[in-house]
Amino acid sequence: MSARAVTDATFETEVINNQKTVLVDFWAEWCGPCRAVSPILDQIASENADKIDIVKLNVDDFPALAAKYQITSIPAMKVFQKGEVVKTVIGAKPKVALVADLAAYLA
Amino acid sequence: MRQIIIIGSGPAGFTAAIYAARANLKPLLIASSVEAGGELMNTTEVENFPGFPDGIQGPELMTKMQEQAERFGTEVVYDDVTALELTGATKTVTLGSGETHEALAVIFATGSAYRKLGLPDEERLSGRGVSWCATCDGFFFKEKTIAVIGGGDSAMEEATFLTRFASKVYVVHRKDTLRASKIMQERAFANPKIEFIWNSAVVGITGAEAVDGLRLRNTVTAEETSLPLGGVFVAIGNDPRTHLVHDQLDLTAEGTIAVAGRSSKTSQTGVFAAGDVIDPTYRQAVTAAASGTVAALDAEHYLASLPADLLADAGETELVTVNN
Ligand SMILES: Cc1cc2nc3c(=O)[nH]c(=O)nc-3n(C[C@H](O)[C@H](O)[C@H](O)COP(=O)(O)OP(=O)(O)OC[C@H]3O[C@@H](n4cnc5c(N)ncnc54)[C@H](O)[C@@H]3O)c2cc1C
Repeated sequence: MSARAVTDATFETEVINNQKTVLVDFWAEWCGPCRAVSPILDQIASENADKIDIVKLNVDDFPALAAKYQITSIPAMKVFQKGEVVKTVIGAKPKVALVADLAAYLA
Repeated sequence: MRQIIIIGSGPAGFTAAIYAARANLKPLLIASSVEAGGELMNTTEVENFPGFPDGIQGPELMTKMQEQAERFGTEVVYDDVTALELTGATKTVTLGSGETHEALAVIFATGSAYRKLGLPDEERLSGRGVSWCATCDGFFFKEKTIAVIGGGDSAMEEATFLTRFASKVYVVHRKDTLRASKIMQERAFANPKIEFIWNSAVVGITGAEAVDGLRLRNTVTAEETSLPLGGVFVAIGNDPRTHLVHDQLDLTAEGTIAVAGRSSKTSQTGVFAAGDVIDPTYRQAVTAAASGTVAALDAEHYLASLPADLLADAGETELVTVNN
């Protein structure tokens, strides 16, 4: 299962108004580390489907949202709860390290 | 048990794998979970790797090396080595997943990691305007004034690349001459968006939520100044990645893994090292590749010298234990 893409049009419903915890993976085609971390996020998503939604936002296609969330380095993974960013993880990391960073939202 | 395990998937690791696989040693290569392909995955054009007269993109070169290694039977695992046991005839390699693999020989080719400035606010502002990778993050600095710190080839390359996005790129260097090669220097000097700030050491990175500037100290006059900026790229060099082995293998004064003469032999029998992790001087893709060749040939020679019964055990390649 691969993470759903969100857009300018769907960000509000899928992220901001989502009742569940949502992780947004800010990524781009040209970003090698983004490609490396993407299957790891897919694994975390399917192992924790009841606790967290994981979606992807392409920063090339939606620069306004990237700017709004002050992205200056990707992959940038932002956890949203009730529309607010509660946690930011920057850079590709091994699964164990990512799971540890996100532990509070996967429990 | 395996005959050989190769740790690292840069030019050194994949070249060692090409040789080991062609020698029918059925190598297992541990590539890392998120950094497979090594340093060249974070660069654009590689112009000095022989055989590519028009240059080749770093990631494409690494994909080709991997394909060549796999064509001859290298098995690649995308995971990180978390522990190693290198003493004794059988070497044990533990991965992030908890899996353990055994082999008679190990080639250690883990490359190097970006050096940090070691300033208090560096960690806090990393990903908030402090970056180590121009090709990864340059895109976010469109029309900004930024600085590259460093004076070597990678600093020149990053600065030149970043002028595609930034309106102005300062190169901050602690001396008044560059270590970079002539061609890279000339390219940077000729670029109207690049300005050099010489004899300046970075003593602070400032900014509350995101980087807003640097504090510089002139290395000659000791005068301190502020430089307002929208971003900082650090390119001050690399340190060999030896943390997994520093208590099992001898290191040199430079911090690289010590090898005997022109060989790849480390202080531990059956353990060979290759690439940037043994090289304090040259650190190029082609020298790393050459060094991978040396390691594979040394390992092949070592394995051939072992008693037949040991080698018979190493014919079987299945996993030994899980989560032990
Ligand atoms: C921006 C930039 C541009 C460059 N441009 C050029 C150029 O144009 N030409 C040139 O010749 N050279 C260039 N270089 C230098 C070149 O990239 C290196 O010299 C070369 O990659 C070294 O190869 P290596 O195999 O020793 O190490 P690396 O390429 O660093 O690979 C090391 C590998 O080991 C893996 N690893 C580390 N620890 C573990 C672990 N615990 N478990 C599993 N795997 C692990 C890493 O993930 C990586 O795959 C450039 C470097 C940079 C940073």
